[in-house]
Amino acid sequence: MGPGEGRRTGFGSLEARGVSRREFLRTCAIAAAAVGLPGWTVGEIAEAAVAGGRPPVIWLHFQECTGCSETLLRASHPAVSDLILDLISLDYHETLFAAAGKQAEEALHAVVRKNTGKYICVMEGAIPTRDNGIYCKVAGRTATDLAKEIGLKAGAIIAIGSCAAWGGIPSADPNPTGAMGVPQFLKNADNAPYLKGKAIVSLPGCPPNPYNLLGTVLQYATYGTLPALDSLGRPTFAYARTIHEDCPRRPHFDAGRFVERFGDEGHRHGYCLYKTGCKGPRTHAPCSLQQFGEVVGAWPVGIGHPCFGCTEQALAFRVPLHTTVEIDRPTPPDTYPPIHADHGGVSTAAVGVAGLTVGALIGAGAMAAKKLGASKGEGKEESDKEAK
Amino acid sequence: MSHNAAAVGGPILTRTFKVCLAVFAMCILVLAWRFVVGLGPTTGMNDGFPWGIWIAFDVVIGTALACGGFSIAILCYAFNEGKYHALIRPAVLTSALGYTLAGASVIVDLGRYWNVWKIPLLWNWNRNSVLLEVAICIMTYVFVLWIELSPAFIEVWEKQEKFPLLCRAARRVHRWLNRYLIAILALGILLPTMHQSSLGSLMLIMTTKLHKLWHTPFLPVLFLSSAILMGYAAVIFESALADEVFDRPRETKILASLSGIMVAVLFFFLGVRLVDLALRGRLGLVARLDFYSWMFLLEMALFLAPALLLLSRERRNNPGIELISAILMMLAGSLYRFDTFLVGFRPGPGWSYFPTIPEMTVTIGFVAFEVMVYLFIVKQFPILHTGVSPHGLEAAAPKPSG
Amino acid sequence: MSPTRRSVLKGIASAATLAATGDPNAFAAPRPRKTPPADAVGLLYDATRCIGCQACVVKCKEANGLPPDTGTPRGAMYDAPDDLNAKTKNIIKLYKGEDGRTSFMKTQCMHCVDPACASVCMISALYKGPRGIVAYDPGKCVGCRYCQTACPFNVPKYEWETAFPKIVKCELCRHLLDKGGIPACVAACPREAVIFGGLETLRADAKGRIAREPKRYFPKVYGDTDGGGTQVLYLSAAGIPFGKLGLPDLGDDPVPELTESLTHAVYQGFIAPVALYSILGFVVYRSWRRQRLGKGGEE
Repeated sequence: MGPGEGRRTGFGSLEARGVSRREFLRTCAIAAAAVGLPGWTVGEIAEAAVAGGRPPVIWLHFQECTGCSETLLRASHPAVSDLILDLISLDYHETLFAAAGKQAEEALHAVVRKNTGKYICVMEGAIPTRDNGIYCKVAGRTATDLAKEIGLKAGAIIAIGSCAAWGGIPSADPNPTGAMGVPQFLKNADNAPYLKGKAIVSLPGCPPNPYNLLGTVLQYATYGTLPALDSLGRPTFAYARTIHEDCPRRPHFDAGRFVERFGDEGHRHGYCLYKTGCKGPRTHAPCSLQQFGEVVGAWPVGIGHPCFGCTEQALAFRVPLHTTVEIDRPTPPDTYPPIHADHGGVSTAAVGVAGLTVGALIGAGAMAAKKLGASKGEGKEESDKEAK
Repeated sequence: MSHNAAAVGGPILTRTFKVCLAVFAMCILVLAWRFVVGLGPTTGMNDGFPWGIWIAFDVVIGTALACGGFSIAILCYAFNEGKYHALIRPAVLTSALGYTLAGASVIVDLGRYWNVWKIPLLWNWNRNSVLLEVAICIMTYVFVLWIELSPAFIEVWEKQEKFPLLCRAARRVHRWLNRYLIAILALGILLPTMHQSSLGSLMLIMTTKLHKLWHTPFLPVLFLSSAILMGYAAVIFESALADEVFDRPRETKILASLSGIMVAVLFFFLGVRLVDLALRGRLGLVARLDFYSWMFLLEMALFLAPALLLLSRERRNNPGIELISAILMMLAGSLYRFDTFLVGFRPGPGWSYFPTIPEMTVTIGFVAFEVMVYLFIVKQFPILHTGVSPHGLEAAAPKPSG
Repeated sequence: MSPTRRSVLKGIASAATLAATGDPNAFAAPRPRKTPPADAVGLLYDATRCIGCQACVVKCKEANGLPPDTGTPRGAMYDAPDDLNAKTKNIIKLYKGEDGRTSFMKTQCMHCVDPACASVCMISALYKGPRGIVAYDPGKCVGCRYCQTACPFNVPKYEWETAFPKIVKCELCRHLLDKGGIPACVAACPREAVIFGGLETLRADAKGRIAREPKRYFPKVYGDTDGGGTQVLYLSAAGIPFGKLGLPDLGDDPVPELTESLTHAVYQGFIAPVALYSILGFVVYRSWRRQRLGKGGEE
């Protein structure tokens, strides 16, 4: 593609909507950086996106608050939300659709038929399983059925948000609806055979950072691959490290400066929130590196509230907000003194002087002894003479 | 109670004296610096090794080497071996100087020396503290030694008609001495018995920090016996040295029989040490042949060598062998103390100690000072014996004083 | 037999007999075991709860008016002391095992029930005070440093770099306790890894924790009986024995027991020295008289 040609293709259509090429590339760059792809891939991502390689995305909603959809739209620059919707082909989304009712359902099934095995199925919300799943029905069909039918025909499944990843709020004790996350549902004994080894990407968070989704989808769209996942199916580019490891307030933690009560002196100084119950040390999420709304500091700790561990099934909606937690994988830095420190050495000059002194004394003693031994002969003669 | 002793006379400012003076001057400079900046910058002592050579050498080894007065006193007064009388005054002089300088070393080593006057106050005493016993004993013993030595000074000052005040004071002290000398002499045997064994007891509490080759409940016994040994050896050494320096005939017979006694003490020491280690199953530590094993073996060799050397009467009469044995005994006892207080002391990994050059300057400077004062006193006051009978025995019984 | 051979054999024989039969402990005076006072307080440190935040190190310095340790020995970080020292009364150390396991270790004075330092201090500058706290009175201290050599935990530290040095060690913030507070390290701890309270309460708590979670803890409370017992108790993680954390194996006998029982035996009521003195006085007198009257000693 030569210079100027871009105007007549995808870029051109974007510019027609008032989106500058620079803003578009910038979004691709952020997305690439978020997913951990090197800088040279940005061009490829942009090209793939405008060359019509927008992957079809079917977005299903189950037991959710739609917050995960909202997170995608809550950006500081309104144009970006458009961009997001333009980088992917969002072919079914109940909240954003203009259509409703039967038309919407027909559109859904059309997309599924046309793109079987190719579309990305994004699922938002938990799946209730009790009483045959009657606690969530869309268009008269239970969430369990929808998840099975549409999910199993997808090319990739992305469970966005904590509810879809592991159950979220609906699964909080006593979990009256039997809510569970998408991976747990689709990988159970009944459904697993139909999964045919399809990867389920989990993007927990309440809500997760939009770039987690964007990065995953872009990589799939550009290269047909999914990012590296951990044992829970979470992309490691976003979920490998805990908040604690990259937290900007970490120096305060290390120095023992803590907030004791909200509003106290320490709180005003921005000290570590560990003692107020921050779950950062056990929460895997990229929030401490990449905040929300592309605004630095727009995240709970940044505004002075402890992290409540929204991505972690063991923490969010289980452990009380202000209960302290243990550190996950504590890796104490080497700056801690060892049990037995090395307290320093000995001056070689001093050893030398001591050696010389001792040597001189021994030498003098030996000499004296020899001299006296020589005079021994005289002494003996004298006393022998006297004895006679 | 005078002996056939006389001042040696001669010039004070000999070359030896001047050299010692120079060394002592350096020592004073270091001490001034120490009192201004503290012990940290001047010495190699640290939190792992809070006691260095100022304690281990100056006090512990120094007082043991200064036990000549004690050892001779035991012989002369307790066992009635009057023939050693000629050796008493030089021995007591060395003892007095040695203990005084040990006391000075303590003051220099103490961090909060301005509180030292609180130690003799009875109501402060922690009677569990072995160090308290050592401190009080040594403080008292220094006085006792100078009182024991005072007849030498009194004999001279009594005759100084030119200074009537001094003369009269000397005579008054002389009369007091006559009355209380026995009490003083008995103290002169009691006090070292107490504090030399207590110096060993100091290390009893370090059950985990003193190497098992040296930590034993017999520490007090071992320290007392080696102190007696070192005292005798020091007497032999110094009398040989003095006789050589001042060109006097050697006291061969006296020294020979002293050596005989020492053989018994040497074997006693070795016996206690080895049997104790064997019975507590610690001899295996020697077989390890690590640094500590070698120090232990060196100690044993230094104790055994003079014992074997002096077994035969003929060798005991050889002044050269006598001197070597005396030196070996002093080294043996000194090494034993060094090992107990410094080498075998293990506060834990990461700690090490070696004296700094300023620290060693002070120790050597104190010894130099001792030599200077010894030379001065011996030349001015009747310390060293005069002519001796051919068999090395006292020609006459000690005359009554008066 | 020649005199020397006789004396040699005498020497060896008496030595061997003494060493073999004279068990000094038999001569030792009985010494009743010390018990903690009724109002004894202490600390309980649970190494499994500690996160190494070092807030206790920071607050201890603050509460005790200690300066930062800017020594940076061998390229260390600023105010990162590598051990207790004259400016640091409390420190967190890190144990790193070869198997990759780690544990933090809070190090400060153990406030022993029968402290070696208080036993050896000549005029009780270090003493066991109210609440069983081992306290320091610089007004009496002469700086002899016997306490440093005697302490099996190497706790008392010394101000080497000044002409007017003091001994420095944790005193359980007794100045705060007197005002009804608690030690600064305990107040600072965000995880209650170190707690403060009556000694017996803490002891029961520690044992209870092991009973409830035996897989979590090393099955011993350090300080329960070690060295006669300490008022600072330790719990370690399972599989990490206390030796690895730098705590010495002292057995159950109080540290000063050997010294005190031996010296008490000799010096009890000062009887032995006085008796010996009287004997010596008599012997010296007799010898002196004999020599005065011309019966000089001759072999």
